[in-house]
This record gives sequence, structure tokens and C-alpha cells, in this order.
Amino acid sequence: MDVASAFAAAFQLVLGLDPRFLQIVGLSLSVTLTAVVLAALIGLPLGAWLALARFPGRAALIVLINGLMGLPPVVAGLMVFLLLSRSGPLGDWGLLFTPSAMVAAQMLLVLPIIVALTRSTVEELWTEYREHFRSIGLTGLRAVPSLLWDGRFALATGLLAGFGRASAEVGAVLIVGGNIAGYTRTMTTSIALETSKGDLPLALGLGLVLIALTLAINAAAYGASRVGARFAG
Amino acid sequence: MRPPATILPLRVRGLSFAAGGRTLLEDVSFTLPRGGITAIIGPNGAGKSLTLRLCHGLLAPLSGTVEWCGDGGRIGGTSRHAMVFQRPVMLRRSARANLAHAIASVIGRDVAARTQAALERFGLEALADRPARLLSGGEQQRLAIARAWALEPEVLFLDEPSSHLDPGATRQIEQIMTQLAQEGLTMLMTTHDFQQARRLAGRVLFLNKGRLVEDADTARFFGAPATEEARAFIAGELLW
Repeated sequence: MDVASAFAAAFQLVLGLDPRFLQIVGLSLSVTLTAVVLAALIGLPLGAWLALARFPGRAALIVLINGLMGLPPVVAGLMVFLLLSRSGPLGDWGLLFTPSAMVAAQMLLVLPIIVALTRSTVEELWTEYREHFRSIGLTGLRAVPSLLWDGRFALATGLLAGFGRASAEVGAVLIVGGNIAGYTRTMTTSIALETSKGDLPLALGLGLVLIALTLAINAAAYGASRVGARFAG
Repeated sequence: MRPPATILPLRVRGLSFAAGGRTLLEDVSFTLPRGGITAIIGPNGAGKSLTLRLCHGLLAPLSGTVEWCGDGGRIGGTSRHAMVFQRPVMLRRSARANLAHAIASVIGRDVAARTQAALERFGLEALADRPARLLSGGEQQRLAIARAWALEPEVLFLDEPSSHLDPGATRQIEQIMTQLAQEGLTMLMTTHDFQQARRLAGRVLFLNKGRLVEDADTARFFGAPATEEARAFIAGELLW
């Protein structure tokens, strides 16, 4: 099959809403969305706490989290694999090669991004707001909701960056999901598999969706920063 | 026993502060009774802003005491003194939400009604839904004063409230302060502009190099300064 006819077949898949194709896209989006939401629920408060708290080893922890932003996805996958494998500490949960395991692996990739960005955003705001907040009695953790709200545009960009990283990665979901057709096969793992099998239309179609997703995420991030600039000055 | 109905007078005794091995304030004592505007004046680095921050409780003194009549300047758990900063701290929200945020944090009831009252009282209704950080410097300072007023303080601290404003905005801030004084609010302000102190204040605390040099009636201070330092400051000579 030449590349031109592969493209034509790919567009047919996308526009014809092929069920096999839709199932893969749907699973990918739901896994990544779940991972980002869970990581945000943990990462936003944790990052804000890290911005305000002072304790020995804080600087080392910040460096560690910043470093984890660059954690290779395959290593994240390996760590979750070791945790969830039958002989691992959480082996009894029987989660290996399920969508839940993929959510866990992507959370591990997204969490450092959200924590690090929240920490720097909140710390910057706190420097500016500290005296006023102290004046109106908002100190310590009581200040966190106000600080998160005022950092909402920067934090939205961070969540989108996390979503982008998780939706684009292959290694982690491949290791812990197992790429089982109809169950744990995501867009990225399908592309890897179908390309090696020679089924270019499906790989290309999914590639197009991924590119569109990336563009949409970047447009949203740009929009958030524009709205933020207009509102925050 | 009934709690006291007022936090005044404020008694400051032997206040000292140091940072980085340097003494910034040394043995400052004064009493602030109810009513009127008192201006802390003096050259840069005299300790004017520091004195306000210590009185407001933003900083803890190295030695000495800041004594309110109520418990730490609170009555029924609510702080009765508020502060307006030199550079207004504006949250990344609308003017209305800036007011509501402070009212909810300090008073915690009737937030919407109190917010509306503050907007009307300071002529901010037309700006209410604009992002606070995009207001002009004068509008921001007016909003900052409205925000402090809405907390129903007995004492308002103002740190150089018009030092970064143009003459028109400065006049507006001074008019607001004069009105608030007529309504019985007690104000302690800092200014490096002694003409402003002359226009607004009934009493002057003259600080130099971290010490309280004079504590006098404004008319007496400017008419017949008791110390050579004050005379030199008024004459516009630099103090070192």
C-alpha cells in the first residue's frame, strides 16, 4: 500500500467513525483524563503546601520533583509494573494489564508536572500577597484556596501540559497495559503496533487524531494565558 | 466580664527591631488615642513603615510591646485594625471580588451587602466588575482603602498611601482620608512628604535613624520644631 492511499484510507477511518477506531480513541482519552484529574486532586494541594511550608530537606524535595518532570515514560511504566506485578507489593489487587494500571502509570508522569508548576505559581503569588493576606488573617493553609484560585490561569496551562505529556507517551501504557486489543490498546500503542504490522491507515488515522489533540491542547493553553493576561494584568 | 468595646488607646512601649545585625528601630514609645490622623514622618530608612508593620502585627518586635485595649486588637475574635499598603496588593479578580475576599476572610457575614456598601461609599460601582489589577494607580489605592474600610476597623494604618500617585489622585486619597477622620476613624499614616503631613495630620511623630525624635502637634512641630534634627528635616536638609 502506498502512502497516498494509506492517507485516503486513514481519513475514511476518521470520518467514517469506525467503531474499532473510536474505541481506541475513547479509551486513550478516558485513561489520560482520569490520570490528569486524579493527579490534579493530589498535585494542586501538594504543590501549594510545598510553596508555603518550610522544613529541612524542602530544597532537595523541590529539586527531586522538578527532576521527575523529565522521568522517562518507560521507567515510570517499569516502576508501576514492579508495584503491580503478581509478586509486587500491590500484586494482590490484580490491576496489571488493566486500564487502571495505565491510569496509575500516567499519573506518575503527570503528578510531578502539576506539583512543580503549582509550587512555583503559588510561591510567586504568596510573595506578592503575603503582607495583605497576613493583614486579613489568612495565614498558612488557610491561604491556599485563595492562592490556587488566583493562579488559575497558570495552573490550567500546567494541567494541559500534563494532559499533553500523558496522551502522547507510549512506553508506560505499553508496559503496564499490555496493549490488549479492545481492552488496553491506546492510540500510541496502536500506532506502534499497526505500523510494525504494516496497517498504515489505522496508524495514520490515530496519528491524525493525536496531532489534532496536541493542537487543541496548545490552543487551549494559549487561550488560557491570553485570558489570564487580560484579567490578571 | 464584658469585653471592651474599643481597642483604643494603642500603647507602644520601648519598641525595637533589628534585622541582619542592624538596629532599625530603637526604643520607640507613643500612645495613640481615639480619633484624628497621626503622621509618622522622617527621611528614608527612618523606620516609618517598620513602625506601622509592628503596630499592625505583621512583624514581631525584638523588644518592647504593642498593647491594644482589646486582645491583640481584636474584639470578639475579629481584628479591629486594618492596613493599606504603599503598593496596593490587588488580587487577580474583579474589584468587587477583591472587597468580598477580604470581608469574607475577616468578618465572614453579610459579605455581599458589605461589599456593595463599600463600592457605593467609595464611588467604585462603575469599576466593580473590572479586573482590579487593570485599574489605574489611583483607583487601585481607592479600592485598597475601601477594602480596609469594609473590615470596620477602629484604626487604619496607611503606609505612604499616595507616594506613587499623581497630584490629582493624591488629592482624592487625601479627601477620602479627611472624610474618614471626620467620621471618627483613627488613622496612623507614614509619609515622607511633610507637606502632606501638614495638610492631613493633627499630630506628628518624627522619626530619624530608628529613634522617635519628636512627638508633637502638627502646628507646633512645623512652627517651632524642638530639635535641630526636625528643623533640618523641615528645611529640606538631608539628615545623615
